[in-house]
Amino acid sequence: MLDVAVTKRLGGFDLDVAFTAPLPGVVALFGVSGAGKSSLVNLIAGLARPDAGHIRVGDDVLFDAGRGVDVPVERRRIGYVFQDARLFPHQGVAANLRYGLNRAPAGDRRIGFDAVVDLLGLEVLLTRRPHHLSGGERQRVALGRALLAQPRLLLMDEPLASLDAARKREVLPYVERLRDELKLPIVYVSHAMNEVARLADTLVLLDRGRVLAHGPLTELAARADLPLADDGFDVGAIFDARVAHHDAERGLTALAFAGGSLLSPLLDLPLGTHRRIRIRARDVVLATRRPEAISLHNILPGTVLDVTPRGPAGALVRIQVGEAVLLARVTRDAVTQLGLRPGVAAFALLKSAVIETDL
Amino acid sequence: MSDWLSPAETQAVWLSLQIAGRAVLFGLAPAVAMAWLLARRDFWGKALLDGLVHVPLILPPVVVGYMLLLLFGVRGPLGAPLYEWFGIRLVFTSAGAALATAVMAFPLMVRAARLGLEAVDPGLEAAARTLGAGPLDRFLTITLPLMLPGILAGAIIGFAAGLGEFGAVITFAANVPGETQTLPLAIYSALQSPGGDATAARLASISFGLALVFLLLSEAVARRLRVWLGR
Repeated sequence: MLDVAVTKRLGGFDLDVAFTAPLPGVVALFGVSGAGKSSLVNLIAGLARPDAGHIRVGDDVLFDAGRGVDVPVERRRIGYVFQDARLFPHQGVAANLRYGLNRAPAGDRRIGFDAVVDLLGLEVLLTRRPHHLSGGERQRVALGRALLAQPRLLLMDEPLASLDAARKREVLPYVERLRDELKLPIVYVSHAMNEVARLADTLVLLDRGRVLAHGPLTELAARADLPLADDGFDVGAIFDARVAHHDAERGLTALAFAGGSLLSPLLDLPLGTHRRIRIRARDVVLATRRPEAISLHNILPGTVLDVTPRGPAGALVRIQVGEAVLLARVTRDAVTQLGLRPGVAAFALLKSAVIETDL
Repeated sequence: MSDWLSPAETQAVWLSLQIAGRAVLFGLAPAVAMAWLLARRDFWGKALLDGLVHVPLILPPVVVGYMLLLLFGVRGPLGAPLYEWFGIRLVFTSAGAALATAVMAFPLMVRAARLGLEAVDPGLEAAARTLGAGPLDRFLTITLPLMLPGILAGAIIGFAAGLGEFGAVITFAANVPGETQTLPLAIYSALQSPGGDATAARLASISFGLALVFLLLSEAVARRLRVWLGR
C-alpha cells in the first residue's frame, strides 16, 4: 500500500495531502495545473522535503517527520519519469539506460536490460544520442532508464504532456505494459482525463493543495459531487469490461461489465481481454418504459439514484444498473416529464457506437 | 626554430609554455572546486571568499607578486615551513613563477568554470539522484562532463593569460634567464638592452602567433564539445 500524509508550505499555497492506495496498481494524481500534483510527486521522490507527515511504500518508511526518518533520494529506489525526459545529453541511449541499472544493488536486478529494450521497443535507438530522438522516443528511453534502476515505485509526472496526440498514442501502450506485465506500482500525474481513465486504478483528486477525494477510479467517476462531474471534464462513467463474445455476423462484440452486458461494434480483441471502457453522460438516453422497435442495441434496466441540476436547464442523473452506476446528462424538462427522482425505475439507452473502448 | 631564434630566446619560449602549463595543471582543479562552491553552495563568508578569489583581477599584478613574496618568502608564514620541512623554495624559481601565474589566472579559470557549471541543468542532477547516484558520483558522471566546455574555456584562457603574465612573476620570482624569464620578461629585457630590438620583435611575433593558435584551438574544441552535448 502507498500511504502518504504530508504537509508542505509552498509559495502560493499550503500542500496538505493524505491518501492511501493499494499497490501494485496505478495511482493517478489528477487535477488542474497548480493543484500541487508535481509538488506532491517531488515530496514522494524525496527531491523536496515535507514539513510534516509520513510517506510509506509497502513496509518501507521513506519519510516520517515524527521518527526523524528521511531516506535520501538516491536510496529511495523510486523511479521518476519527468515531463521533459531529462536524458543525459553527454551519453548515448544505451549509457542512459544503464545509468540506473549499474547503480542498483547487484542482488536485486529483476528487470533486465534486454527485457526493457524489448518491452519499450528501444532496440533501434540504442546507438543514438538523446538530441537525435523525437519527443516520444525520448520519453520511452526515460521510462526504460527509470525502470532499469529497479524501482519499487515509478513516478510519472505528466510524461505525455509535451507530446502531440500521435506521440501520446505511441507511448501509452508501453505504460500499460508496465502495469500489466511488470506489475510495477505507478503514480501517474495527469490533467488529461482520457489518460487517467485508461490507466488508473486509484484516483487522487487534487485541488489547491488538498485532496478532494481518493478511491477506486470507477467509483469516483460515478460521483456527481466532484469536479469530475463538471461539464468541462467531459463527464462519463468508467468501467472495467471483459470481452465476452464476438458475433461476426452481426458485427458486434459483447462486453461483460459490472452492470451486465453491453454490445459494441466488433472489436479485434481476443475473448477474455480486459479493457477500460467509458460511457459519456451526454451519450446516455433515459426512458421510463422499455422502448420497442428501436435501433439501439443497449437497453439497460436500472433505478434512478439521484438527480443533480447542471447548468441552466440540464441535470445529471445517476442510475444504478446492476452493480454499476451510469451517468446520464438530460434536460430538466425531461426530468419533469418523466418524473425522474430517486427510486424510479428507468432504462438507460445507448447506441453501441458510443461505448469508448479505445481511450 | 633554433636557426631563427637564439638558444636563449628558444629557452624563454619553452619556459613560458612550461610555466603557463604548470599554472593551469595545478590551478584548474581548485578553480573547478571553487566554481562549484561559489555557484552551488551557501555558507557563511561566501561573499568574502568570492571577493578574495577575484582580487588578482583588480589589484596591480605587482601588488599580488609582493603579497606572494610576503607569504611565500623563505621567512614568510607559508614559505618558511615549506622551506624548512620540505626544502621547497618558491622565490626566484620556476615553481614560484608558476605559482604567481596560477594565482593571477585563477579568477579567470574560476569564472569560466562557473559559467560552464551554470549552464548545467540541475534537473539532470536530480534525475541522476533518482537513479541512485550519490553526491560525488553525480558530480563526476553528470556535472563535471556537462561543464567541460566551461572547464576547457577556463584552461585555455588561463594558459593564454599565463603566457603573458608579467608583473606578478617579475616581482615574486624575479627575471632569471632559464629559470623564471618567460616570454614577456625576455621581451622586456631585450628592450632594455642596446640592440635588442630584433630579439624583442621576434619574441613578440611568437607571442602573437601562440595566442592565435590557442584561440583557434579553443574554438575548434568548444565546437566539437557543443555538438557532443547537442547544444
